[in-house]
Amino acid sequence: MSFLELENIRKSFGTSIAVELFNLQAEQGEFVSFLGSSGCGKTTTLRMIAGFEQPTAGEIKVGGQNITHQPPNKRQIGMVFQSYALFPNMTVGDNIGFGLKVAGKKAVEIKGRVDEMLRLVDLPAMGKRYPHQLSGGQQQRVALARAIAIEPRLLLLDEPLSALDAKIRVSLRNELRAIQRRLGITTIYVTHDQEEAMSLSDRIVVMSKGRIEQIGTPFEIYNYPATEFVASFVGTLNMLSAQVVNAAKGELILAGKTIFVPAPLNQPDGAKVTVALRPENLELGQGPEATHNTLSAKIVDVSFLGAVVRARLKLLDKTFAMDIFNSRNLALPEVGAETLVSFPKESALILAGTDA
Amino acid sequence: MKKQRFWPILMIVLGAIYFLLPLYATFEFSLRERRGEYSFDSYANVLADSQFRDSFIYSVVLALATIVVSLLLIVPTAFWVHLKLPQLRPVMEFITLLPFVIPPIVLVFGLIRIYSRPPFVLVSSPALLVAGYVVLSFPYMYRSVDTGLRAIDVRSLTEAGQSLGAGWLTILFRVIFPNLRISLLNGAFLTFAIVLGEFTLATMLNWPAFGPYLALIGQNRAYEPAALAILSFGLTWICIGLIQLFSRGSREQTQLAGTR
Repeated sequence: MSFLELENIRKSFGTSIAVELFNLQAEQGEFVSFLGSSGCGKTTTLRMIAGFEQPTAGEIKVGGQNITHQPPNKRQIGMVFQSYALFPNMTVGDNIGFGLKVAGKKAVEIKGRVDEMLRLVDLPAMGKRYPHQLSGGQQQRVALARAIAIEPRLLLLDEPLSALDAKIRVSLRNELRAIQRRLGITTIYVTHDQEEAMSLSDRIVVMSKGRIEQIGTPFEIYNYPATEFVASFVGTLNMLSAQVVNAAKGELILAGKTIFVPAPLNQPDGAKVTVALRPENLELGQGPEATHNTLSAKIVDVSFLGAVVRARLKLLDKTFAMDIFNSRNLALPEVGAETLVSFPKESALILAGTDA
Repeated sequence: MKKQRFWPILMIVLGAIYFLLPLYATFEFSLRERRGEYSFDSYANVLADSQFRDSFIYSVVLALATIVVSLLLIVPTAFWVHLKLPQLRPVMEFITLLPFVIPPIVLVFGLIRIYSRPPFVLVSSPALLVAGYVVLSFPYMYRSVDTGLRAIDVRSLTEAGQSLGAGWLTILFRVIFPNLRISLLNGAFLTFAIVLGEFTLATMLNWPAFGPYLALIGQNRAYEPAALAILSFGLTWICIGLIQLFSRGSREQTQLAGTR
């Protein structure tokens, strides 16, 4: 029995369906992200777990207990909001201690816990300050400390870092993950930033239009996307049009060249498909016949990004990107040159065809 | 360029004259008690009058009672409508504007009619006067509170409080009220000013409030009403000044929030 279970959750507002067929089992201590673009239902689902929305159908269980209809203030769930929602009329220390005060804990106990939390989020001297005197990153850390202070069974975060600038976002998210690991609290994290989701999560729930597209580890989501949406939403993906010649043998024709992919294909012969390739799967030069497909394309642009060199190539009228790891001996490809590129046969993802 | 500033300055001067001249005239008149020279005799007479003191204190007490009742009624209501029933907002705005539309004389006669017979005989209780004043204060209180609620992110603050285990009362008194301090003070001072000057309800329900006292003095004396008018003006300015003083402190308390 998992720690957090969402069974067949459905939420509709009048006639529009915000979330449906949502099923998830999360283990104790797991860090799960809900990833998707705006309006996909991720925040609605989070709010249902918190108790701020009621599911139209389905059940939510925490530790075996059905909490679907429990009021939010009884659920023992800590929540961190995108707007921090710190109480402006209270000091940082009072904010953090608020939940404990409500629970009737003794003043000594509250002080001890507040000091512990301040040390945990690395703000030991800020107890007497007011929220408006802190920077965005500091405020978010206080919000986190406040949510954790009550020792919640579950920690929910609703795009907590999206209001911060890029550098703080990266450092704060690592701190967050470290704290979560240390405390072992089961955590649900809502975000539209796939890099954030991938770097933080044990598992990711990719959502679109109110439905789950895929649940898996970051590795699985990236390398074995279950649907076209997941494939194109996560990471960069090159899309090249092709046509199936022989589905049983995995034979396709792409830009006049025959290529092979793992067989059998679940598209019929003659069907138009999209061959999707990750930039890092492409290599310069002719690949071994047995394992690789080779294409000829023209280099239109080369960008040196530091650790990675990104080349853009043109095949017929379609441009695609190729990533090469940097090395000091690397001979950068020349712009305008016609070159061979190859990719491993099983790295190609075959998706339903779209108009090129 | 002198020419371009001529018209705005002229407008200001004309406007100032329009407002300040009557004020000055009243003040000048109030100094004329003693024949032949300016003196503050009328003021001294007013302040020495025990009726002035009694009715003033009586109205102050009524005002404070009105403010408390009004706050306890309006704030939770506005909060609830804001959070859970936004579709009722237009209804609330309509109701709270009624006191502007319906003359107090209509209100007081309605109150007398309803509450002078069983089951609720309240005409002989000052509570009825306070109730009437609460109604008169609706527009100011509700508007102040509503503005204040819009300025703070009520939804997030409430949900944050709930996620930390707080019930509705705790949230109202520990989170909402303290963050509405300025709006509440605004509404309170306005209510105070209204109650103090109110005449119709106090007279018709026959209570020794400040409003009827002002009218009485106006009927019998010449210079004292002018002095009283100036004193009332001064009192109103003090109220407004206090509002300004307290709201300056609040500028630092605005919540810093993220996007959404």
